[in-house]
Amino acid sequence: MSVADLLDEALRVATGPVVAVLTERHEVNLRWAANALTTNGEMHGRSLAVTATAEVEGGTAVATVAADLTDVGEVAALVAAAEAAARAASPADEPVPLVADEAHPEDGDVRAEPAVTTVETLADVAAGLGRAFERAAADGHLLYGFAEHVVSTVYLASSTGLRRRGVEPQGRLELNGKSDDLGPRSASDDDPAEGSGGRPPVGQRSAWVGQATRTFDDVDVDALYAEVSRRLGWARRTVELPPGRYETLLPPGPVADLVIYAAWTASARDAEDGSNVFAAGEGRTRIGERLTPLPVDLLWDPAWPGQETLPFVASTMSPDGTSFAFDQGLAVEPVRWVEGGVLTELVRNRGHAAATGLRATPPADNFVMDAGGTATLEEMIASTQRGLLVTCFWYIREVDPERLLLTGLTRDGVYLVEDGEVVAAVNNFRWNESPVELLGRATEIGASVPVLCREWNDYVSKTVMPPLRIPDFNYSTVSQAS
Amino acid sequence: MAIVPPGPPSARHGIDPSFTALPLHALADAALSRARDLGCSYADLRVEQLREGLRSFRDTALESSTDHATLGLAVRVVHDGVWGFASGIGLTADVAARLAERAVVTARISKPLTPHRVELADEPVHADRTWVSAYDVDPFDVDEAERQGRMLELSAALLAGEGVSHTSASLHLVREDKFFANLAGTTTTQQRVRVQPALTAVSVGAHGFATMRTLAPPAGRGWEYLTGTGWDFDAEVAEIPSLLAEHAAAPSVEAGRYDLVIEPSNLFLTIHESIGHATELDRALGYEAAYAGTSFATFDQLGSLHYGSPVMHVTGDRVVDHGLASIGYDDEGVAATTFDIVSGGTLVGYQLNRQMAAEKGLGPSNGCAYADSPGHIPMQRMPNVSLAAEPGGPSSEELIGRVERGLYVVGDKSWSIDMQRYNFQFTGQRFYRIEDGRLAGQVKDVAYQATTTDFWRSMEAVGGEQTYLLGGAFNCGKGQPGQSAPVSHGSPSALFRGVNVLNTASEGAA
Repeated sequence: MSVADLLDEALRVATGPVVAVLTERHEVNLRWAANALTTNGEMHGRSLAVTATAEVEGGTAVATVAADLTDVGEVAALVAAAEAAARAASPADEPVPLVADEAHPEDGDVRAEPAVTTVETLADVAAGLGRAFERAAADGHLLYGFAEHVVSTVYLASSTGLRRRGVEPQGRLELNGKSDDLGPRSASDDDPAEGSGGRPPVGQRSAWVGQATRTFDDVDVDALYAEVSRRLGWARRTVELPPGRYETLLPPGPVADLVIYAAWTASARDAEDGSNVFAAGEGRTRIGERLTPLPVDLLWDPAWPGQETLPFVASTMSPDGTSFAFDQGLAVEPVRWVEGGVLTELVRNRGHAAATGLRATPPADNFVMDAGGTATLEEMIASTQRGLLVTCFWYIREVDPERLLLTGLTRDGVYLVEDGEVVAAVNNFRWNESPVELLGRATEIGASVPVLCREWNDYVSKTVMPPLRIPDFNYSTVSQAS
Repeated sequence: MAIVPPGPPSARHGIDPSFTALPLHALADAALSRARDLGCSYADLRVEQLREGLRSFRDTALESSTDHATLGLAVRVVHDGVWGFASGIGLTADVAARLAERAVVTARISKPLTPHRVELADEPVHADRTWVSAYDVDPFDVDEAERQGRMLELSAALLAGEGVSHTSASLHLVREDKFFANLAGTTTTQQRVRVQPALTAVSVGAHGFATMRTLAPPAGRGWEYLTGTGWDFDAEVAEIPSLLAEHAAAPSVEAGRYDLVIEPSNLFLTIHESIGHATELDRALGYEAAYAGTSFATFDQLGSLHYGSPVMHVTGDRVVDHGLASIGYDDEGVAATTFDIVSGGTLVGYQLNRQMAAEKGLGPSNGCAYADSPGHIPMQRMPNVSLAAEPGGPSSEELIGRVERGLYVVGDKSWSIDMQRYNFQFTGQRFYRIEDGRLAGQVKDVAYQATTTDFWRSMEAVGGEQTYLLGGAFNCGKGQPGQSAPVSHGSPSALFRGVNVLNTASEGAA
């Protein structure tokens, strides 16, 4: 029996409207610390999610029941459970019929067997790590990190006749290098019984690089280690700076972490309700408002070259909290939600689209920011008289949703730039900033490049972002972490 | 806000018969014998069945209803001194044996990268043990109409409050069944349930918008938590509209240093971030350095680090009733226990798994291994980490009475801490000014920010048992691939002197 047969069975036993999404997932990983492997794994899972709708007192209800599945004999009970859950549910807000049948030749053979990955996919990475560990030991460095390859094959079938299939390979490698003084405190450190808790070991340096990949064929561990080494070299000189506002160069990775958070709050419904940063009051949104004088485009596009993601809705809720339970199978179209610096669109399901006369805008799992800039990060460093280069953000959390004020920290690489060159490493900071306000204050936007963000790469690995120059980035306090 | 005292001791339930009917021992025999034949010095098998329900509501309508059942198995081995792990689906002896083989393959590929042999701390054999958490009503036995009806009833009451423009609500239910067996002969079968209801009111007006969420913590309880055992949701929902209205109209705080009296509804999260994570030995040893981070509480400071004031006593446990991390045996077959972490302000203990305990020669593990699903490897995860109350100690009002100029902090909201657990920033649901020992109305735009040891050393007093609350979270994240763990933190109210307070309205572009 093929995997696609499980969906046939789901449709055969259904007694009402249903949409079934089967996800076959293979994943492998390696993790290492201090120049040694720590954990590894090869995992296989298969989950079938059945969404059923039912007419109930007061309207139409919808419910989803999912389970890990090993045998076709389990399908009928799962479908029955979903249908029972829908019948027992209270009416849904803004219900619409399930997505209708539509041909999608781009999906290819919707009955094809799932794609697979095995731990052998990471064999070359393991060999590269072995070489890197040896070099690191010789250089006085310790390497930490993680490599993962996940291949998901998603099948969708609905009682309305829709059949879809998509394969989404996702890989990432993170390499963190530290100088080898991570261990116990030295005798020259402050007395831990007094003061502010003791400083980290003197001279500790840390740098991080990451790469997203679909196959690992394009991952060069030697090159990644060379970049880590270069940045650790930048940190041979250190400078302590107080909190305050500094001109700051944000490379594409930290920019991605900020843009992703903004996209995750872009619910049209919440904006109309007055409860997110895109609200304009009295039921209105900020659509049409200029967010920045610079010609910034922000978009998602499931077909963006090199950043392809699933081209149809296969989950019941988007990260901004919009329900897409009725919309599974709907084609995900490119959406330019900021165009030329003006907010032009927000996330909207079909139910709310029908209620407002606007279009449905399900988000893709990739994010692109482009302002037509041509300067590389290196060129922006070269044109900086004095400023900070912040390579990683960490622990980003929302402080004030009204402004989308976020807090977070710098990590694994804050550098002082003077007269066009990186001259020293700087202590870490806690910052409080809003990505929407930062967009309005940016004075330069460079060339966009594919990048793996740091904070959110568990969830989003496909982004294309530019470096930004912020004239007055707000650092609230110093973090002693290194 | 009245907290309803616990009812009579919870009924003890049997383990879900659909789980015990699985061929658990046959799977263990197949996996472990294959691992032994392949030369593994250690091997364990876990079979896990997780049932999870999530409902969300917007105003008085259901927004989303999803249920997910996970069922799978995993084999972990030590082969030639190297870890190997494989997990999959299909509860047959063939699958179990094949997973043992794939785990050995991953160990072999990893061998060249593993200079140090894996050693595990000794643990007695615990054969044929069962354990079930304390709850009265399995939330998955409750009729769906009743579950949604209760949340919609609370939502409607909240939305009817004066000044409430919108509401959102969620209900998260989990039942977790685990079977564990290892080569040494330990076999455990366990079940626990947990629930997390939350409701938020939104006020939209000339002030912009403001929100306020219920303080009810997630709990290792059953459906009875929604119907009056352990928390009074009706009473809390009735109070929120007026509290929210006061919050929305409150003046903005003046930034500066304040004495803080912090309720456990807020302090539990500060404990979690600045003590719980900082005293994980795998972090202190660098195993999480590239991701979750390390710790300022380095191993060489065990027994000497002046973590906090003399009134600071912190324990780790996996045994407290209704604790989200409570269990009978951990995911390495180690019996649950209670242990000291900070005593009289000094760091005296770490959270351990068997590998870390052996690596540092600390004797047996204290049972902190956990995997969040059959697809993930067990790692050292946080037990319930709790700050002790002072027997016969002061009430919150008495603590407030000791403050001339300060803030009273209620409920958690935003949190963030650096990767060595030094610098943190927290906001809350409500902040009240304290003037001359009395509350003087709410203020807003508040965040408190400190360095961990400065903060805990500034703790002048902890409240008595009457102020104690077991807070917690479902979603503690750690590890790569990422894992989510439930954990509780007990705490009394406590008084801190001279903490830095930010005015968030003046941060960012302002």
